[in-house]
Amino acid sequence: MKIHEYQAKEIFKSYGIPVPKGLVIELLDNGYRVFGDNIDEIFSSLEDAVKKVWDTLNKNLVVIKAQVHAGGRGKAGGVKLAKSLEEAIEITKNMLGNRLKTYQNPEGLPINKVLIEEGVNIDREIYVGLTLDRSISRPVFMISAEGGMEIEELAKEKPEAIMKAAIDPALGLNNFLEVHKVRPILFKLGLDKNLMKKFFDLLVKIYKIYMEKDASLVEINPLVITKEGDIVCLDAKIDFDDNALFRHPEIETLHDPTQEDPLELEAKKWNLNYVRLNGNIGCMVNGAGLAMATMDIIKYCGGEPANFLDVGGGANAERVAAAFKILLSDPNVKAVFVNIFGGIVRCDRVAQGIVEATKEVKPNVPIVVRLEGTNVEEGKKILENSGIENLVPAEDMLDGAKKAVELASKN
Amino acid sequence: MSVLINKNTKVIVQGITGKEGSFHAAQCIKYGTNIVAGVTPGKGGQVLEFEGPNGEVVKVPVFNTVEEAVKETQADASLIFVPPFGAADAILEAANAGLKLAVCITEGIPVNDMLKVKRALESYKDFRYVGPNCPGVITPEECKMGIMPGYIFKKGCVGVVSRSGTLTYEAAYQMTKRGIGQSTVIGIGGDPVPGTTHLDAIKMFNEDPETKAIVLIGEIGGTMEEEAAEYIKKHVKKPVIAYIAGVTAPPGRRMGHAGAIITGGKGDAKSKMEALREAGAYVCESPHIIGEMVKKALKEHGII
Repeated sequence: MKIHEYQAKEIFKSYGIPVPKGLVIELLDNGYRVFGDNIDEIFSSLEDAVKKVWDTLNKNLVVIKAQVHAGGRGKAGGVKLAKSLEEAIEITKNMLGNRLKTYQNPEGLPINKVLIEEGVNIDREIYVGLTLDRSISRPVFMISAEGGMEIEELAKEKPEAIMKAAIDPALGLNNFLEVHKVRPILFKLGLDKNLMKKFFDLLVKIYKIYMEKDASLVEINPLVITKEGDIVCLDAKIDFDDNALFRHPEIETLHDPTQEDPLELEAKKWNLNYVRLNGNIGCMVNGAGLAMATMDIIKYCGGEPANFLDVGGGANAERVAAAFKILLSDPNVKAVFVNIFGGIVRCDRVAQGIVEATKEVKPNVPIVVRLEGTNVEEGKKILENSGIENLVPAEDMLDGAKKAVELASKN
Repeated sequence: MSVLINKNTKVIVQGITGKEGSFHAAQCIKYGTNIVAGVTPGKGGQVLEFEGPNGEVVKVPVFNTVEEAVKETQADASLIFVPPFGAADAILEAANAGLKLAVCITEGIPVNDMLKVKRALESYKDFRYVGPNCPGVITPEECKMGIMPGYIFKKGCVGVVSRSGTLTYEAAYQMTKRGIGQSTVIGIGGDPVPGTTHLDAIKMFNEDPETKAIVLIGEIGGTMEEEAAEYIKKHVKKPVIAYIAGVTAPPGRRMGHAGAIITGGKGDAKSKMEALREAGAYVCESPHIIGEMVKKALKEHGII
C-alpha cells in the first residue's frame, strides 16, 4: 500500500526524524482544510487557506508539493517554489482539483491535497532507501551521495554510486549491533563527526519504521544537509506490505482511494487481482502465473492484453460476473479471453458460472473460452449448449489466443 | 526415486481442522498420501476420519502440538494450512519438532515474518521448507503434499519447479497428455522470500538419479531464475526446459504474486530468458509449447 508524502512525514516525525515544517491544504466539497503542526481549520476561500499557511510558516520561501501517488512529481510540475503569498496562492490554485500527469502515470492522478513547507538552505543532497534484497533475503540500505536523482536512473547509469548495507533481520540495526555494516558508508559520505552521529541515528530510526510498521520500502530522496549543519528529510516515501496490514489498522486508514484506478479499486472489493493495461483483449484467468502466461500468448499471437486479471481458485458465477463487469467497463476491450485450468474447481462448475454471468452481464463483445482440467468435457458441453452467440469455445490455449486476437481486430 | 517426498513419507497436517486444511487433507489421503496426524492447538484428542484411495476408512489423530504428533507418529514432514498470522510460527514449530520438511500453502504471510523465519532456519541444516503461498509438492502416484489436482500428474522422470500454481498444472498436464511423467513437482510459491528457491530445486533434481530432465517455470521479479541459470551453466548436464511468464508485464506493477514485480530495471522476463538460454536451456517462447519442448529435449538427449 502506498501513502502520501505528508503521511509518511507524520510517521517520520513520530519517530523523531527531522522533516521541514509544513502544512497541508485539502480540497473539500465546501472549502479548504488546513491541517498539520497542531492546526486543523476549515476556510471557505483558497486565499484565506494559503494565507493561514503562509502566516504560520517562515515567509521567505515555501515549497508547494502536489500529494499524488506517483514518482517523478518534480519533473511533471508537481513541486514548485513560491516567494510571495500571491505566488503561493496562484500555484496552489493551479494544483488543487487538477490532475498531475507523470511519466509513470500518463492519465494523471487527481491532486486533492498539497503540502506546503518552509524552504531550507541546501548544502548537499543524499539518497537513502531501505528495502528488501530478495536475492539474500535481507533488508538492505541503499545510500548515495547523488541525492535527488531517481534511484532507477542512478542504478542504470551509475550503479557504483549506490552504497549498500544489508542488515541481519535477527539482529536489526541499533547502537550496538550491525553498526559495522553501515559504518563504511558513513565514512565514504565524508560527514563530520556531528553529522555522522545524526545520520546514523536517522538510519536506526528508518530501520525501526521498516520493521515495526511492516514497510516494504522507506525512501528519502533527497535527504538534505543544510548550510546550518542539520539533517532534514525533504521528501519521504513509505510503501507497506499489504499482507501485514491486518496488524496495522492505523496504517490502513491512511489509504487514499482517489489515487487508484477506479476499476482496480472495484476489483479489490471482489478480491480479484486486476491490473489495467493498454491493449484491447480482456483476460480472465485463474492463477497469477497462468494469467501472466495468458497475456504473453496473446502478445505471441500478435494481440495486446487489456489487463491482468486473476479470478483466483473459486471461479463461481458471482465472481465471474463481477470480473466480466470490470473487464467490460474498459472501453478499449474488443474481445475477452477466458482461460481457466480447472483443478480442484471443476470445469463444469466454471462453465456454469461463465454462462450465468454472460446471461447477466450481456457482453457485446465476443467471449473466447478455453477450459482445461477436471471435468473439461462436461464444461465444454455446457458452453456449447448454452445458446449464447458470442460465447466462442477454444480447443486449447493457443487456439483461444488466436481466436481472441482475430475477433478483437474485427470488432 | 524422487526428491523431498515419496511413498514412505509420513505427513502431518498443521491446521487440519480448518476449512482449507480438512478439505485438502481429505484430497491428499484420497490420493494416497500417508497422513499420520493433524495438529491444531486446542483440538488435541480428536480423531478425524477420511476416505483412503481404495475407499477404506483412514483415521487421523489430532494433537495440540507438532512435538506430540511427531513423538506419537514418527512423522517426517508437515503440510501447513495455518492462517497468515500464525503460519510463520507454524513453520518454526515444525522445524523445532525435528521434522525434515514443511510445505506451507498459506497465502498472505507478512514478508517481514518470513524474513525472520528464513534467517532463523539458516542454522537448521537438515530442515527444508517450501512456500509459503505455493501449491505444494507432489511425487506422482506416491505422495501429494499440496492443493494440486492429482490426476494431471503422472509418474516419470521429469522434475518440475515453478513459482506458480495453475501454470504448473498447465505444464504438467501438457507433459502427461504426451505420455511424459514427472519425478517430483515442486511449487515454490509466489512470495518474495521463499523457503526453497529455483536454485535449491535445481540442485536437488540434478543430484536425483531418477530425474532425467528438469522443467523450470519462472516469472518476472527477483533474480532467482538468473541464479538458477548460473548454476545450470556450470553444473547441470541434464536437459533443462524453461518458461518465464510475464514478457508483457509493465515495470512497477505487481502481477498478482507479491514477488512478481519488475523493480529498478531488474527482473524482467527477457533477461531471465536470456540467462537461461545462455545456460543451455530449451527456452519456451510461449506457454503452449512447454509439453512439446520437453518431448523434443528428451528425444534429443536419447531419454525417450
